[in-house]
Amino acid sequence: MSGTALDISLTVNGERIAERVDARTTLVDFLRESLALTGSHVGCEHGVCGACIVRVNGEIVRGCLMLAAQCDGAKVETIEGLSDAGEITDLQTAFEQRNALQCGFCTPGMVLTAQDLLQRNGAPTREEIREHISGNYCRCTGYQAIVDAVESVAQTRAGAKK
Amino acid sequence: MKITDDSPPVLTALDRPNSYIGRAVPRPNLKRLTQGRGQYVSDVTLPRMAHVAYVRSPHAHAAVKSIKKTAAEKAPGVIAVVTGAELAKVMTPWVGVLTHLKGLKSAPQAPIAVERACWQGEAVCAVVARTRAHAEDACELVEVAYEELPAVVDPETALDGKTPVIHSSLGDNLCFERKLDVGKVDEAFASSDAVVETTFVTGRHTGVTNEPRSIVADWNEGEQRLTVYQGTQAPHMMQDLFAKHLGLRHAQVRVLTKDVGGSFGIKVHTYADEMATVALSKLLKRPVKFVADRIESFVTDIHARDHRIKAKIGVRKDGTITAFEIDDLTGIGPYSVYPRTSGIEANQVVNLVGGPYTTPNYRAQARVVFTNKNVMCQYRAVGHPVAVAVTEGLVELAAAKIGMDPLELRRRNLIADDAYPTQSAAGLKFEKLSHHEALAHLDSMMNYAGLRAEQKKLRDQGIYRGIGFASFIEVTNPSAAFYGVGGARITSQDGATVKLDAQGNISVHSGVTEQGQGAEAVLAQVAASAFGVPIERVRVITGDTDNTPYGGGTWASRAAGIGGEAAWQAGKALRANVLAVAGAMLQAKPETLDIRRGVVVDAATGAERLPLEELARVAYFRPDTLPSGVQAELMATRHYVPRGWPFAFTNGIQASYLEVDVDTGFVKLLKHWCVEDCGTIINPQLVDEQIRGGIVQGIGAALFEQCLYDERGQMLNGNMADYLVPMAAEMPDIECGHCVSPTADSELGAKGAGEAGTAGAPACVMNAINDALRPLGAAPLTDMPFMPGKILAALGKV
Amino acid sequence: MKPAPFAYKKVRTLEEAVALLGEHRDARLLAGGQSLIATLNMRLSQPSLLIDINGIAGLSGIAHKNGKVEIGALVRHVQAEGNELIAKYAPLIARAMPHIGHPAIRNRGTLGGSIAFADPAAELPACLLALDGEIDVAGPKGKRTIRAQDFFKGLFETTLGPQEVLTAIRVPAAGKDLRTGFAELARRHGDYAVVGLAASARGDGKKLSDVRLAYFGVGNTALRARKAEAALAKGDIDGAVAGLDLEPYDDVQATGAVKKHLAGVLLRRVAKQLMEPAA
Repeated sequence: MSGTALDISLTVNGERIAERVDARTTLVDFLRESLALTGSHVGCEHGVCGACIVRVNGEIVRGCLMLAAQCDGAKVETIEGLSDAGEITDLQTAFEQRNALQCGFCTPGMVLTAQDLLQRNGAPTREEIREHISGNYCRCTGYQAIVDAVESVAQTRAGAKK
Repeated sequence: MKITDDSPPVLTALDRPNSYIGRAVPRPNLKRLTQGRGQYVSDVTLPRMAHVAYVRSPHAHAAVKSIKKTAAEKAPGVIAVVTGAELAKVMTPWVGVLTHLKGLKSAPQAPIAVERACWQGEAVCAVVARTRAHAEDACELVEVAYEELPAVVDPETALDGKTPVIHSSLGDNLCFERKLDVGKVDEAFASSDAVVETTFVTGRHTGVTNEPRSIVADWNEGEQRLTVYQGTQAPHMMQDLFAKHLGLRHAQVRVLTKDVGGSFGIKVHTYADEMATVALSKLLKRPVKFVADRIESFVTDIHARDHRIKAKIGVRKDGTITAFEIDDLTGIGPYSVYPRTSGIEANQVVNLVGGPYTTPNYRAQARVVFTNKNVMCQYRAVGHPVAVAVTEGLVELAAAKIGMDPLELRRRNLIADDAYPTQSAAGLKFEKLSHHEALAHLDSMMNYAGLRAEQKKLRDQGIYRGIGFASFIEVTNPSAAFYGVGGARITSQDGATVKLDAQGNISVHSGVTEQGQGAEAVLAQVAASAFGVPIERVRVITGDTDNTPYGGGTWASRAAGIGGEAAWQAGKALRANVLAVAGAMLQAKPETLDIRRGVVVDAATGAERLPLEELARVAYFRPDTLPSGVQAELMATRHYVPRGWPFAFTNGIQASYLEVDVDTGFVKLLKHWCVEDCGTIINPQLVDEQIRGGIVQGIGAALFEQCLYDERGQMLNGNMADYLVPMAAEMPDIECGHCVSPTADSELGAKGAGEAGTAGAPACVMNAINDALRPLGAAPLTDMPFMPGKILAALGKV
Repeated sequence: MKPAPFAYKKVRTLEEAVALLGEHRDARLLAGGQSLIATLNMRLSQPSLLIDINGIAGLSGIAHKNGKVEIGALVRHVQAEGNELIAKYAPLIARAMPHIGHPAIRNRGTLGGSIAFADPAAELPACLLALDGEIDVAGPKGKRTIRAQDFFKGLFETTLGPQEVLTAIRVPAAGKDLRTGFAELARRHGDYAVVGLAASARGDGKKLSDVRLAYFGVGNTALRARKAEAALAKGDIDGAVAGLDLEPYDDVQATGAVKKHLAGVLLRRVAKQLMEPAA
């Protein structure tokens, strides 16, 4: 029946994981504490800052607003996995070149959100970029460098260099 | 848009063939952050590590009559439940005072409250458990009997006779008072053609660092040694304080700071719950971790900038500003924060009002009073946002009153660019500033005339846009005048060690710290330039009291100017040491040699003589082949402290262009500009990004952020849904320009740049809003943040 | 902020969910979780059991039948955002979608959850009121349908019984004469509204009838401003604004007086939208 602890099986960054979790453990805490994947960060635990954003079954979600228990059978991807798979290298390089990160705490969530945007819209305007990252809190950059970086990657991916 | 590529080297007196000074190189430490492989303190786990959660007072002021621990102690996963009285046996309390702020007083503060809680959120008991969740569960089982006491909540009445005194030992609720009266203020006002008098309010707000305050304390009973992983800006300062309050020697304490998820001054202070965590580790003889969650962050991270300033400016028809006068009242928490004190912010306000201007007549009074709200202390740009809001707000109100263009009024009063060295009415010493050059640069950058024309055209269509400015000066590179003279063990000097390793690469060990502003990059650029290697061959180590020279960390925009200078000198010194060895190996005079791009070369011709890898091999592994009497010293340490000037003042000017929806009171920010003079620019991209980030923080203060308290001292909006921080969709693009007035107090000539954005942004947004609404006859808005309701009220619509 | 302990059960059928709700009086249903898990993290809610209904089949469809658009309770916001049927036949809902939170939230949050949670500053309850929608629920006594106007009772309070599960929402499919209007004022994109207005009407040129003005962010629930509706139906915009029958409370974002003023501003903007013929 039900209990406060349960067994889950899922893949995380392509690796098969089988763990026992407390029902109340959020996905981001599970990733950070049980799997030591500390690239996804905890900033608010109430779904506002976006530092915890990861991918579940191909979609970005806030890791603090999902339970690990809900991810039984799911495919979870974090910044480490996406990074090693080479899927976001151009975004990472653009962020580094443009200094679109300072302390780096918002960056994994920000990069995943940017990638989500670019997968849906290959030619976003600066306003559309700002809107798409409007749920990702950055205290350091003031956002402009991030918009610059995402815009430049969009242009490069679209094959148009200004 | 094209991302700025590595820009060509700027030729300066510092120019060397492979100099990185003035170049926008990407920061070398970024890959680990973009890969999610950083090490923030909140990521750290250690064997047998326990987690602490704190039972916090729900009352603003209450006696703690009793604490029943038994139910909590029996809860699953609990290791210990510890009260303030028990912890007092391990750690001594502290008092946040400085002798140079005359009369500043405060009461002793304990790591966990003993007998009395003085603000909503103060910790009254600690629960240590195997997981944070278990600790939180058990916190709910701790039974605390409180007896509520009257809370002091209104700074305006904090000093009244019938208001309760929070700490009877102090006699009253006055923390600090400062008065200043220079020139002939009353005569100046009397002789003015116009006098503007108003009251400014800067709303209490806070840093909201993305990574909350985090600490892992590890007391090793066998080694009798304490290792603390802390997201602090000042590891050596904390080493000293942990040692002092636990009765340890410095040698027994190591503080480590790797990646920090934002600080902005929030993490340069001493927090009771962090000190308690350290004490708990010593008590329990195992690692203890504390990460403040977001809800507790709002009621424990220092707040800042809660000021009410009555202010007055006199002006003549020809635009001459005759005098400034202010009466500043600020309500801090129940304790002055340790060790930097909560008197500094008001002290800065007094020091800085009127700073850019020639006006010799200035009177100021500031009172800092205790209240039963969260503690308040230094946050990015300390006091500047308040002083600049007051000064620049008054300047534009005066301009409007006499019908003069606000930039023109500034031109007639800003200290002339050739007037230096000089000092302000408040006695601030200026080495060299560039107010006029910056203003001219801003004027053309923003096409001011064009914007005014556009504003007029749109106004005729019922669209109300505003242009607002803020000129400012900024404290950077502080000497001991800031804290040391007051008795604080806060060092204003800094040190750097540069070492050549056995492969011929260098490492730089520095006492300044990185929180994302780019200190590591700046140090790498400076050392690479001074020594003579490509930047890829430089590794920077910061944030480790065991492995860096004694230093002050990062605050008051000192990392580049002070930390950078130490690295510059150390790099030069190591170059000299290496060339001494090279000279011996090549049988050439060291002064005829140089190191460029990692190779010892003939200085005159550039001909390559000896790669560093080879020199290192010989020095380390074949010293038998060196001439006798030659001892290679492949490590050099240099320290630096500014001695010529108490502070390296910088200057700048900002402008905001915005549109006010006069039906809804909502403000749309269209564009923002800043021209900043921070002396020698080591990395222009990093400077610009500091300015942008700082401006957006200042915009937060002007439009969004406020810690709201009710009459019982309860914080009403302590979560991120109700406390509004700037997010991407509402922020403008920000254009940055520069003037360069190097300081002669160091060879690099670099001043600081980290806080200028925040200093000026609130003022110019305020001025832009008032500029937009002036034609509608709205009463000027001076009460931040400018929520839609306040704008509607000024327009008479509610 | 870690939640208090709870048990967790993923159910496959509505019957299971209903039965568990009967056995555990303080159990909560978990659908999108975008509001619920935040409240659990803050310990504002401490249920003993979470019933995960995300696996129940048949609740994720969007259909146009019998002159209505039926949206399953588990339809995610992102699904609705991109759906052609909703764009064509429930344009008011399509207009509201981009205002709901942010992309990561819209990937998980459900329309059923939003309606059941009934945040007074949320868009969808107001849309449902404006469209005279219906809510299907399943419970121990079987299925029933509740009209939107009878559903929202008080602050986070609906007429859902303690053992009932919301299964679908239904709105009349837009006809040629359906006009919709939507305007929201939020301090930041994606925030809950300071004040918002979802509206529908039948339009014949500039003449409006069957006006439904549903405000959000102004009371304990989404609210119809009926006097204003009547005035608008007479073409009297100024009268509608002057007599706006709303008494909003103060909150941390704005005072009641400010909200009332803003409600009037939105009324003018939405009235203009309603008076335009549908594209």
